[in-house]
Amino acid sequence: MTENLTMAKALNAGLRAALEQDDRVLLMGEDIGRLGGVFRVTEGLQRDFGEHRVLDTPLAEAGIVGSAIGLAMRGYRPVCEIQFDGFIYPGFDQITSSLAKMTYRHDGSQAFPVVIRVPYGGHIGAVEHHQESPEAYFAHTAGLRVISPATSHDAYWMIQEAVRSNDPVMFFEPKSRYWQRGDVDLDAASAEPMHRTLRVRAGTDVTVLGHGAMVATLLQAAEVAASEGSSLEVLDLRSLSPIDYGPILDSVRKTGRLVVAQEAPGNVSVGSEVAATIAERAFYSLEAPVLRVSGFDTPFPPARLEDLYLPDADRVLEAVDRSLAY
Amino acid sequence: MPLSTALPPAETGTAEPVRLLSPEGQLVHSALSEEYLPVIEALPDERLEDFHRQMVLMRRWDIEAGNLQRQGQLALWIPSHGQEAAQVGSAFAAKPQDHVFPAYREHVVGKIRGLDPVRIMAILRGIDHGGWDPRETGNFHIYVLVIGAQSLHATGYAMGIGLDGASGTGDPDRDEAVLVYFGDGATSQGDVNEAMIFAASYQTPQVFFLQNNHWAISVPVERQSRTPLYLRAAGFGIPTTQIDGNDVLASYAVTQSALDAARSGAGPRFIEALTYRMGAHTSSDDPTKYRENEELAYWGARDPITRMEAFLRGRGASESYFRALAVEAEEFAADIRTRTLALQPPPRERLFRHAYTDAHPLVDEQRAWLERYEAGYGDAAAPDTGAAPAEDGAGA
Repeated sequence: MTENLTMAKALNAGLRAALEQDDRVLLMGEDIGRLGGVFRVTEGLQRDFGEHRVLDTPLAEAGIVGSAIGLAMRGYRPVCEIQFDGFIYPGFDQITSSLAKMTYRHDGSQAFPVVIRVPYGGHIGAVEHHQESPEAYFAHTAGLRVISPATSHDAYWMIQEAVRSNDPVMFFEPKSRYWQRGDVDLDAASAEPMHRTLRVRAGTDVTVLGHGAMVATLLQAAEVAASEGSSLEVLDLRSLSPIDYGPILDSVRKTGRLVVAQEAPGNVSVGSEVAATIAERAFYSLEAPVLRVSGFDTPFPPARLEDLYLPDADRVLEAVDRSLAY
Repeated sequence: MPLSTALPPAETGTAEPVRLLSPEGQLVHSALSEEYLPVIEALPDERLEDFHRQMVLMRRWDIEAGNLQRQGQLALWIPSHGQEAAQVGSAFAAKPQDHVFPAYREHVVGKIRGLDPVRIMAILRGIDHGGWDPRETGNFHIYVLVIGAQSLHATGYAMGIGLDGASGTGDPDRDEAVLVYFGDGATSQGDVNEAMIFAASYQTPQVFFLQNNHWAISVPVERQSRTPLYLRAAGFGIPTTQIDGNDVLASYAVTQSALDAARSGAGPRFIEALTYRMGAHTSSDDPTKYRENEELAYWGARDPITRMEAFLRGRGASESYFRALAVEAEEFAADIRTRTLALQPPPRERLFRHAYTDAHPLVDEQRAWLERYEAGYGDAAAPDTGAAPAEDGAGA
């Protein structure tokens, strides 16, 4: 059975399924209960599952993450919502110094199945601190898994797999996609494992890769390229840590060219890691250097400049042209 | 305006702290103590001796571990000399079903809960980061070196107890509570303050046990707070008590009362134990650079063990008890030394083990690469990042 859902509704349905499947699953965060979250992702869940399953917390990110760690020690599977990307930093110490290391520090005697949901990225015209892409900080931290869905279907299934994971999972939700509809296949057999890189459009000339909202931009670029005679193969990275390199290598060995696109600043980014690894592992297959298309290495600008800051299809195509020129 | 380097002393309290045992070893009868004295008077001699015994054993352990550090056998030692009463009394107040979240100086609390002291020595010898299973150590959780971070873990755990309905049932042998330790420096951390906010908000069954040893490494408590620290808790809506932290009886009785309240469903409690770190912050510290001898002498005259010994002697404890304890302490220290020196480096597998719980390709690749490298198959073409298989065409 298939339902056509916005990503926000798909996440809501996925969280509902997770709450139904395991009564140790808890949702916690700011404004997620009565309000249903500022993006309404948790709408109706407190009403249906109760205040003991869906907790409105005090306004304190370290408190949310730190207490989720204690709840995990007690056997719960907390799913924390950080309200916006740029407000995750007060919880950064609890995520990186405590949560990420806890299983290792316990030598495996306890697992810490905590999910941290983070609406992230630009394209919503919001004020400062509400449009950032901080995923590289977490991909760099051993002990965390970092994933990001690009579609409603993936959002529905990946959030459920994240909740089932016995490791801490940073779940980055591309908020500009929250209101985009997509078909969700409710048959579990349709769910792709959350750590798999997926080919979402086949092509022959250049591989373009991204995650989250960037995947839609890449598909748009591929349409334009096709009309101009170039065939782009589009990959959805989905998991930023660990990275599933198999499908990327397969694609690059075929096309000989790779462009990696991301909203985040390019310096020491996830895209940098992909570029370096592909250069290491597929050097003799490459016809051109791996190119990155990123946000600039500036603070996220005022919203009226975000279209200049965020890579769009034209910026991707410019890199594709440079790649093809080698 | 330059920061004052010599702050006037902060208020230490609006009233005397709860004290049941005077520095001279006499029971104190006061308006504050009357509530708690019956608890002490009901204790059998053996229990009172065990309070003393654990403090004496801890101090001997401190000496042995300090020596081992100076002999190059430990990377670091974290002494608790002077704080034994605060720790021993509160530790004995917890019931078996309670959960204890230490910072990193509560060695004797762990010992009382059933942790093998050598597990702590292993941390300081570079063998492990902790690595014990709290379910096998009397619910004594692993150390946390990030100052104050454990206060939130404890609060989350206590939230879980509340969600499980495992407190406030009216059965004191089944109801659970959490006891969390931290120091005066930690009270400046956001985590400790957020923990109190969450605890008050969710009315968690837990006791915040602050050991105010007056020094956060070289910074005096006056730099952390201009108000007595126990009063901070009142601002969060948490009932709070200040005790003489060098009085093991006050530590026991007040913590027991607070844990009873928490277990019964009455919400969190806060205790500030006024004590003093007689030694260095750690073996890497040199307190002579920042502390005055007069202060040390003041607190030395209020030693927790001396006063408990005087109390026991006043009650007629036998000389044979003290003689036997002296022998036991030597044997205890010798056993720790022997077993610490016998600790082997962790297996190489510990490097990768449990970085994740579920299978993880990057860690698996790096583990496999290290195995190949160690086995002598590493060659110049192998990347030193440890992860990648050979590049396309290389070596073909």
